[in-house]
Amino acid sequence: MRITCPHCGARDAQEFSYLGAADPKRPDGMAASAAAMAEYVYQRDNPAGRHRELWYHGAGCHAWLVVTRDTRTHAIAAVEVAKARKAGAAAKVGAKA
Amino acid sequence: MSAQPFRLASGGLIDRGHQLEFSFDGTSYRGYAGDTLASALLANGVRLVGRSFKYHRPRGILSAGPEEPNALVELRSGARREPNSRATVVELFAGLAASSQNRWPSLAFDLLSLNGLVSPALVAGFYYKTFMWPASFWEKLYEPLIRRAAGLGRAAGAEDPDHYEKAFAFCDVLVIGAGPAGLSAALAAGRSGARVILCDEDFRLGGRLLAERREIGGRPGSEWLAATLAELASLPEVRIMPRTTVFGLYDHGVYGAVERVADHLPEPPAHQPRQRGWRIHARRAILAAGALERPIVFAGNDLPGVMLAGAVRSYVNRHGVLPGRESVLFTAGDDGWRTARDIAAAGGRVAAIVDSRPDDPARKALADKIGARLFAGGAVLRARGGRQLRAVTIRDASGAVTELACDLLAVSNGWNPTLHLTSHQNGKPAWNEELHCFVPAALPAGLAVAGSAAGRFTLAQALEDGARLGREATAEAGLAAKPAEPTLTTDPETNGLSPVWRVSGGKGKAFVDYQNDVTDKDVELAAREGFRPVEHLKRYTTLGMATDQGKTSNLAGLAIMAEQTGRTIPQTGTTTFRPPYTPVAIGALAGHHRGKDFRPVRLAPTHEWSKEQGAVFVEAGPWLRAQYYPKPGETDWLTTVNREVRAVRSSVGLCDVSTLGKIDIQGADAAEFLERVYSNGWKALPVGKARYGLMLREDGFVMDDGTTSRLGEQHFLMTTTTANAGKVMQHLEFCHQVLWPELDLRMVSVSEQWAQAAIAGPKARETLRGVVDPEHDLSDAAFPYLAARAVTVGGGIPARLFRISFSGELAYELAVPADHGDAMMRGLMQAGAAFGITPYGTEALGVLRIEKGHVAGNELNGQTTARDLGLGRMMSSKKDFIGRLMAGRAALLDQDRPALVGFKPAEPGQRLRAGAHFIGIGRSAEMANDEGYMTSVAYSPHLNHWIGLGLIRGGAARIGERVRAYDPVRNGDVVVEICSPVFVDPEGARLHG
Repeated sequence: MRITCPHCGARDAQEFSYLGAADPKRPDGMAASAAAMAEYVYQRDNPAGRHRELWYHGAGCHAWLVVTRDTRTHAIAAVEVAKARKAGAAAKVGAKA
Repeated sequence: MSAQPFRLASGGLIDRGHQLEFSFDGTSYRGYAGDTLASALLANGVRLVGRSFKYHRPRGILSAGPEEPNALVELRSGARREPNSRATVVELFAGLAASSQNRWPSLAFDLLSLNGLVSPALVAGFYYKTFMWPASFWEKLYEPLIRRAAGLGRAAGAEDPDHYEKAFAFCDVLVIGAGPAGLSAALAAGRSGARVILCDEDFRLGGRLLAERREIGGRPGSEWLAATLAELASLPEVRIMPRTTVFGLYDHGVYGAVERVADHLPEPPAHQPRQRGWRIHARRAILAAGALERPIVFAGNDLPGVMLAGAVRSYVNRHGVLPGRESVLFTAGDDGWRTARDIAAAGGRVAAIVDSRPDDPARKALADKIGARLFAGGAVLRARGGRQLRAVTIRDASGAVTELACDLLAVSNGWNPTLHLTSHQNGKPAWNEELHCFVPAALPAGLAVAGSAAGRFTLAQALEDGARLGREATAEAGLAAKPAEPTLTTDPETNGLSPVWRVSGGKGKAFVDYQNDVTDKDVELAAREGFRPVEHLKRYTTLGMATDQGKTSNLAGLAIMAEQTGRTIPQTGTTTFRPPYTPVAIGALAGHHRGKDFRPVRLAPTHEWSKEQGAVFVEAGPWLRAQYYPKPGETDWLTTVNREVRAVRSSVGLCDVSTLGKIDIQGADAAEFLERVYSNGWKALPVGKARYGLMLREDGFVMDDGTTSRLGEQHFLMTTTTANAGKVMQHLEFCHQVLWPELDLRMVSVSEQWAQAAIAGPKARETLRGVVDPEHDLSDAAFPYLAARAVTVGGGIPARLFRISFSGELAYELAVPADHGDAMMRGLMQAGAAFGITPYGTEALGVLRIEKGHVAGNELNGQTTARDLGLGRMMSSKKDFIGRLMAGRAALLDQDRPALVGFKPAEPGQRLRAGAHFIGIGRSAEMANDEGYMTSVAYSPHLNHWIGLGLIRGGAARIGERVRAYDPVRNGDVVVEICSPVFVDPEGARLHG
């Protein structure tokens, strides 16, 4: 696999490590219920198709990236720098809780 | 030493001036440069080369390429012995020693061929049916028996003395296969200036052009080949890689290839690897891998002397070898006739041509010209012979049977496109009814297929496809393609075909899969027993599951299953091809990453100094750290470690701690960030002070610990454990970039920028005084416990000094830029000489921390919470932090969770062992009575007995109680007393002052 890092260009997937879904938003630990935090920590969708997920360019620029990948074909539709996301732009799981 | 009785007097792409001596099963033979092992054996009349897997039947050479199922041999000897090498692709070299496999006691006389007589017991599924019970017999009796009887070659059993490399390449257009299609593709792309990589598994480029007598542009094909290769070699952006098999297609245009750098030499030349594993990144790729010919299933079709017709052509035209004196051709199409023609042209005798198709005047005329008897509409019922072919039984169109003596039967049943790579991304090939073969259907992104690999079998199509796809790939890769050249003409060819999958009615076994000894009867049995889906058929019969992955057998197996179940071939299915296309040595995949070189070793900047001090080193994460420093006369590690520990407690010791992770964090929100990633508080930490920090995972368990110092209002220096340095860095970057991008801070790892040493013991301050520049006041008042400040050493060298202690003694850590690390250690040794300063390693470090009850990696094992470790008070209730809510889960607050305490033997002389489990006294040693386990132990020279830390149910509430420390692995069963984990100086008096 190749991931096109916005900073470094197209690089081999070996340079990256995978974390998981990019959109679950961490609830505020002072305000949220334990159930909401448990949902954030443990519950993940497992879609067959488009998946927004976090990759870390550890052997490169150390950026965390949001990669939109089709889990059936590994086709990558988009790569964004996670830090550039607007605060609260991806609040799906947090909102559910 | 014999002549080469089957070598033609002239012709072939061999260097007759360059004879090569080689041996097979101990007998010496001669071949020529340009031979394969197979062609050289055939030239010498060696036809029996192996015994089959299950029935130990005599086997010969079937093919002339990578698909070979039979002619598997062992090459070389000793540590370089390599089993299961296909003789058909082994390039001959002087001194090559090859031997046959799977025979006992000898190839010609194999006792286990009796398996053939008891074969009714060995049909498909026999393992499952015969060796079912009793279960205990399996390991002791059945498996060893089966393994001796069945099997392929023997592994060397010694470490491979050669080395392997990994390499990477990038190109615009990768061309896989250097036959006519691949060459014209490479030429079209190369002429346009594209960066081209042209790979071919063969040692000689040209593909089928090497094996055929064809014309291109009105001239011999060999002339076009030579001109094309010369032009390709002249193009600077074209890289030609012979002996390189592209074995796999992976995501996003990544191709795996193995280059056999030195397989054709007795030993790799100096500084050269045996093989090189390539990862090729290609914008576009063209698969021009050609096609593989298909055998026909009939009785005795595995006898040495029965060969694929295209292979015979290859031996005649390329190697100048006529594999038989008296030939018969059995063909289902036009292609086989070319073999008869070429045998005749080379002066060989073709006794008969058996064509499955009805009579045809043109074919009759051609047979007459060749001088062969034609059996139109006929079939070979059976091949007969002992250890090689002696005769064939032919059934003609009328049903009459004729017996013909012969020693070579060339079989032609059409070709299967070598489309394996198109299927590596789950692409399913499609059945083409007109061509009678599977052809590539949906293609992986970036891949095009040219020539025979696409089912376009004529030479004209190959040349045309290559030129067109080469230009297209160039354009798709973003370059301007040169205009098309005029299409090349070729001599006419026809490829009429009416495939024959099986001829029934002959006496004897008819093989579908030669390598796994699967017969047509096995496929029928699978059909009868309901194993009809192709994946079941494979697993039940093992069809297609040998090292050749069914290259010559899959389609016949499908066809027979289709016939048995009244379905068509496409209804029956096809199997999915997966990488690798041909077997790849693990060494080529591992490259240099083996043994000690599996990963790089990191050395502390003080390593040389430690070595001089006589250190014994130990791996700690990726680092080598000094474990202990034995002195002359000290014969066991414990004596050394006890001396080192006593020195620290009584005077002063010196230990390298450079390997700890160090992360520099700066910014307006740096303190806020630490608040969130550590469980304890940071905002109130004054500048110039250090604090112990505890980091949890979001699930509430402890991740790591370390001290963090505030070097400025907005500047912190975090330390992590050696093992977790990388993990913590990644975690912090996740927290910052993903969770809280709004926080204003930057961080960078400075682990390698600083050398750091711990100076511990009552004489630590006096020692330091000798290296720290005099303007820095080190008195307790000026530099108290947990002070952390920039200082200078050795006359102005910038340094950082931290008054922190892992040992419980008066202690400091001094950090200098890494380049000064060696000088720092020498300076400290000099400064402490008067106090007998003693270098100590990780063992003494461990003893000192266990004596003080400090947790380390053994306790921070991913299964413990802060409460478990007695650090519950480090979890602030006033702020949010990673892991806060999950650490509060009821199960993690359970009073019954094992918690950290100390242990000492009830009888002081007894040794404790880490890993021992705690069981109540008088209770039996079983899981139900398990109360926890010992995490760390040490011999305390301070207390003169063994001490331990461990996790036990109830924890500190049970201090004073006695339990068993049960260690069945090392026969340990010691009564221990639960005590405080702090064994030395519980008041902490030594830290201060």
